Amino acid sequence: MLKVPHVTGYLSEHFADDAFATLEGYESKGGYEAARTALKKMTPAEVIDLVKRAGLQGRGGAGFSTGLKWSFMPVQSDGPKYLVCNADESEPGSFKDRILLERGSHQMLEGILIAAWATGAEKTFVYVRGEYAYPAQQLERAIEEARAKGYLGNKVMGTKFSHDVVLQRGAGAYICGEETGLLESLEGKKGMPRKKPPFPAQFGAFGRPTTVNNVETFSHVPHIVRRGAEWFRGFGTEKSPGTTLFGVSGNVVRPGLYELPLGTRLDEIVFQHAGGVPNGRQLKGVIPGGMSMPILPAGQIDVPMANEFLRERKTMLGTGGIMVMDDTCCMVRVAEIITYFFRDESCGQCTQCREGTGWLHKIVSRIERGAGEKADLDVLLDVAAKMEGQTICAFADAAAWPVQGLLRHFRADFEEHVHQGRCPFPASFEL
Amino acid sequence: MVISPEARARIDAEIAQYPQRRGALLPALHIVQSELGHVAPEAARELAEIFGIRPIDVMEVVSFYNMFYATPQPRHHVYVCTNLPCSLRGARGLLRGLEEHLGVDDHGNTGDGRIHLGHEECLGACAYAPMMRVDERYCEDLDLEQARRIVDALE
Repeated sequence: MLKVPHVTGYLSEHFADDAFATLEGYESKGGYEAARTALKKMTPAEVIDLVKRAGLQGRGGAGFSTGLKWSFMPVQSDGPKYLVCNADESEPGSFKDRILLERGSHQMLEGILIAAWATGAEKTFVYVRGEYAYPAQQLERAIEEARAKGYLGNKVMGTKFSHDVVLQRGAGAYICGEETGLLESLEGKKGMPRKKPPFPAQFGAFGRPTTVNNVETFSHVPHIVRRGAEWFRGFGTEKSPGTTLFGVSGNVVRPGLYELPLGTRLDEIVFQHAGGVPNGRQLKGVIPGGMSMPILPAGQIDVPMANEFLRERKTMLGTGGIMVMDDTCCMVRVAEIITYFFRDESCGQCTQCREGTGWLHKIVSRIERGAGEKADLDVLLDVAAKMEGQTICAFADAAAWPVQGLLRHFRADFEEHVHQGRCPFPASFEL
Repeated sequence: MVISPEARARIDAEIAQYPQRRGALLPALHIVQSELGHVAPEAARELAEIFGIRPIDVMEVVSFYNMFYATPQPRHHVYVCTNLPCSLRGARGLLRGLEEHLGVDDHGNTGDGRIHLGHEECLGACAYAPMMRVDERYCEDLDLEQARRIVDALE
């Protein structure tokens, strides 16, 4: 089945066309013109300034200003500087980077080329999650085409600038999506995140200044260079410009990708675009941005999908992976799946995370089996609070937040398990 | 020597792309595993020599990543994604149905050395659930009948 977004925008408008994945097809839609403009007519500082003015924010989850990140790279350097493309997409609920690679690898490569020019990087390492065999194949083919055409390698497009792209495949570890875990993995080690500072812009891949950006972030860049900061700011909100690829999954009529402006309301995405909840059921809750982000109950999804609004409801945009749950769903089962995942994927480096994720899962399972006690609910919150902000990377926070969110909005589900001594949702999805 | 000259040449080509040799360790492990099916102690020793590191350094990388295997594997890996988006659309039932069909438990091997069946965390196919990964191939939008036919067709 062809995987293309149900609603397209500038990133995905040609994704239904197989030719767009080829260099020829991409160029027929104006592809690589932006790179030519940047490399031949703009200084690196001008490119960084343009991306800053456009207000592009990283699309890998943290939402940091891309232009600002690029500006952290030292201009003068006594050796090579690198870019890293984070294609380790593994936040549950997220599948946009996969489709961006499968259908638009050249678009991302063009963004990489422009970013490389802006930051003076001589090489980009693209780290693709190990399970993404087909997306990696598509990217490898695009890299070869670009090399053959002189768009990668020595003297790119006849300029003095040289740049090459190396693809590395991961091997199944969620933590390698964390940027310094990724750098460790790229260096042939266990993917255990590094302490910061030093930040990657000072000490990154192989100890050199490095900028790490996500697949989608790079993919926006050619459009900004081609059509300008003002045009880009025409999409989205004042603080969160541009479109993004929302991935909708779970109990909806039309699961899939939707390219929509940031700030599109969550209820509009769930009910209008994705067709609402099937089988005559009612909505119970929605996780708005990948599994690490706290859930919102049905009554609170009248919110624009941009961090400045989601923060007011104690959640975030994350990767834009929207998971929809109907009213049969047991939220303790949801918690069990989430805590199992984080227990399984903790790299084990920090005590708070290694032990905390285990305890969260153990207690949630006990509640689901009907063996929980009333005090367990507060123990969960206590453990979560002691994990948050205490560790080398944000993984422990990502494990704590969804548990806090579920208890904030669905405490009654947990209490009912304890009270009845069994799961009170027989019609819920199976565990 | 368990690593073939062809695999060695591919590993050397990977090493040439990195500023430090060890950067090519994951690619090398993928190459070795695609040829030998797993990373045996002998292969780890040879890789350690190629990379100028200790065999234990190779093995700790192998054990950290789900997709590297230190022991011989059945001919095919079948992993059903059971993370939340897939579970919301019946993945657990699909996994149980396959366990029953193949006569194995979650993370068990069929007696004929044909299939390892297990569950896996999110595979990035959330809108196309339930789904499973069969070796390097994604099989999506499945029902149990289709899933059974896919595993039956594996040699």
